[in-house]
Amino acid sequence: MEAVTIENIIKTYGKKKEVLALNDISFNVAQGELFGIIGPDGAGKTSLFRILTTLLLADSGKVTVDGFDVVKNYKAIRKRVGYMPGKFSLYPDLSVEENLNFFATIFNTSIKENYNLVKDIYVQIAPFKERKAGKLSGGMKQKLALCCALIHRPSVLFLDEPTTGVDAVSRKEFWEMLQGLKQLGITILVSTPYMDEANLCDKVALMQNGNMLSINTPEGIVNNFSNPLWAVKSSKMLQLLNELKATDFVADAYPFGEYHHVVMKDISGEGSLQQFIQTHSNTIIESKIVKPDIEDCFIALMKPLSPKGENGEDKHKMKVNE
Amino acid sequence: MPVIQLIILPWAADYEVKNIKLAVVDQDHSEYSRQLINKITASGYFNLAQYAASYNQALQQVEKDKADLVLQIPNSFEKDLVKENEAKLFMAINAINGVKASLGGAYLRTIIQDYNKQVRTEWIQFPRFSPETQIEISSSNWYNPLMNYKYFMVPGILVILLTMIGMNLAAINIVKEKEIGTIEQINVTPIKKYHFILGKLIPFWIMGLLVLTIGLFISYLFYGIIPVGSFITIYVFAAVYLLAVLGLGLLLSTYSANQQQSMLLSFFIMMIMILLGGLYTSIDSMPEWAKWITRFNPVSYFIEVMRMVVLKGSSLADIKYHLLKMAGFAIVFNGWAVFSYKKRS
Repeated sequence: MEAVTIENIIKTYGKKKEVLALNDISFNVAQGELFGIIGPDGAGKTSLFRILTTLLLADSGKVTVDGFDVVKNYKAIRKRVGYMPGKFSLYPDLSVEENLNFFATIFNTSIKENYNLVKDIYVQIAPFKERKAGKLSGGMKQKLALCCALIHRPSVLFLDEPTTGVDAVSRKEFWEMLQGLKQLGITILVSTPYMDEANLCDKVALMQNGNMLSINTPEGIVNNFSNPLWAVKSSKMLQLLNELKATDFVADAYPFGEYHHVVMKDISGEGSLQQFIQTHSNTIIESKIVKPDIEDCFIALMKPLSPKGENGEDKHKMKVNE
Repeated sequence: MPVIQLIILPWAADYEVKNIKLAVVDQDHSEYSRQLINKITASGYFNLAQYAASYNQALQQVEKDKADLVLQIPNSFEKDLVKENEAKLFMAINAINGVKASLGGAYLRTIIQDYNKQVRTEWIQFPRFSPETQIEISSSNWYNPLMNYKYFMVPGILVILLTMIGMNLAAINIVKEKEIGTIEQINVTPIKKYHFILGKLIPFWIMGLLVLTIGLFISYLFYGIIPVGSFITIYVFAAVYLLAVLGLGLLLSTYSANQQQSMLLSFFIMMIMILLGGLYTSIDSMPEWAKWITRFNPVSYFIEVMRMVVLKGSSLADIKYHLLKMAGFAIVFNGWAVFSYKKRS
């Protein structure tokens, strides 16, 4: 059974509906799936989450969560979803324990009843349970917010950018917690601007400017990346980048760590690159063929707004040549 | 804060105008003119600021704000008074402060008339009965025999304080949740709208009644005011009144996007409610349209009821129409607040 179904959702803002936040989006999330929505700021992630959690009405389209329609049966949905907004939104002047108690009470349950669900997370913040929620560190706040979103044993969990502004260690811990929750059969939708987190999801949707660019498993997305990819390192990196972009066999070149990643237009480009490297052998330190990771795929998907293909890439190239 | 306000404000909010600065231009320098001036300064309302030599000099004092009132006694004052049985005085009033001007003028007029009568009784031995018939009025002030203005100001100020605390607290409350984002989390819960509004209402309601208790205690402690009517009447009405005011505050809160907006709105509404509430000016003397506004002003009802109960000892039966109207306000404001608070946008 599908936990979430979304059909042709359109959402606009502004009096004249001039701002298109979600442009005809459709996808499904299966029960028990950890579904990631990746996209830059302003992609429409939060609007989508607010529609899914019945806080916002879409202009058109049909959405069901856990089998219930978000417009007609919003009351039923509110009882069975957990939502963690991107902004910390627990009561800062209540203590950790009071916050948890408060949200348990609102959902007509108690901490005791569902303690086994939040136990693994709660023990980490339990030493601070007397502390005011507003005085917690960023990572602790996220853990508490997750506890509060879980306390009524939701069947679907919506997490809007839970790891934004959280340190690397806490981020890792947070994702481990999500894996644990997945084991309990909870469907989780999580949005994030960090591409490296995509690998941790069962399925990833890439969003940009209100459009869904690609929905696949992380492996599927990587496998779809067919163009040869090289990493090149030089003593004059900026000059190299500009020269690479000016050649006709390169589809895209961008900085990637200490290397430049060079995407070839097709397989014959590799030979051309070898020649290029030889002519610039005095500056180029290292070059190697690399396996694309998910970040390369997203960069390739995001660059041309239209679905990838020769056409889109040409457009992009033209822009660079200008 | 409210306690301090209640202690300080009634002393300052005094209708009586005292310390009016008087400049006298006495061109007569006679016995009668001196008597008149003595009488005026002895009244306690006037301070003799200056003896001016000429009217122009006195007027300069007015310009410098050293005098509020100029009384000119012409040089023939005594002569005219004795010979012609009538004399003329000239009075110039600085009307920048309207209240001071009209009251000061009236005081001075009364004193002069009184003096006039006094002079007459000195002279007229015969005929025994005054040729002019005179109507003398003696009045007694019911419910506040000494016309102690504090007795009727303190209950009114108490009402204002209660209103300010209740409305401001309620007005910034829901909007604060909007600002810090907690409302998002609440909105996805199955909590009912009226539960949410009630949850906001009840703590402030209890606090308002607490403030009222403190206020009544202070008015006893500092002003010796013990309501003639029963405390139950006051509390029953205050309970309903607080519901109405808090409802209005919550209503503003549901419509505002941020705390600044709702504070400004509540400040604006409060200003109208206070000025049209009958605390400082009598509602009866307002123009017809203003009277209509006061009919929709909860503050005016509560001030009236407080004065009725505290001074006159009115019972619940006497204020039942006030109570009914207030209940109406409470239902409308709170109902509207529940209606306008939307859990989804």
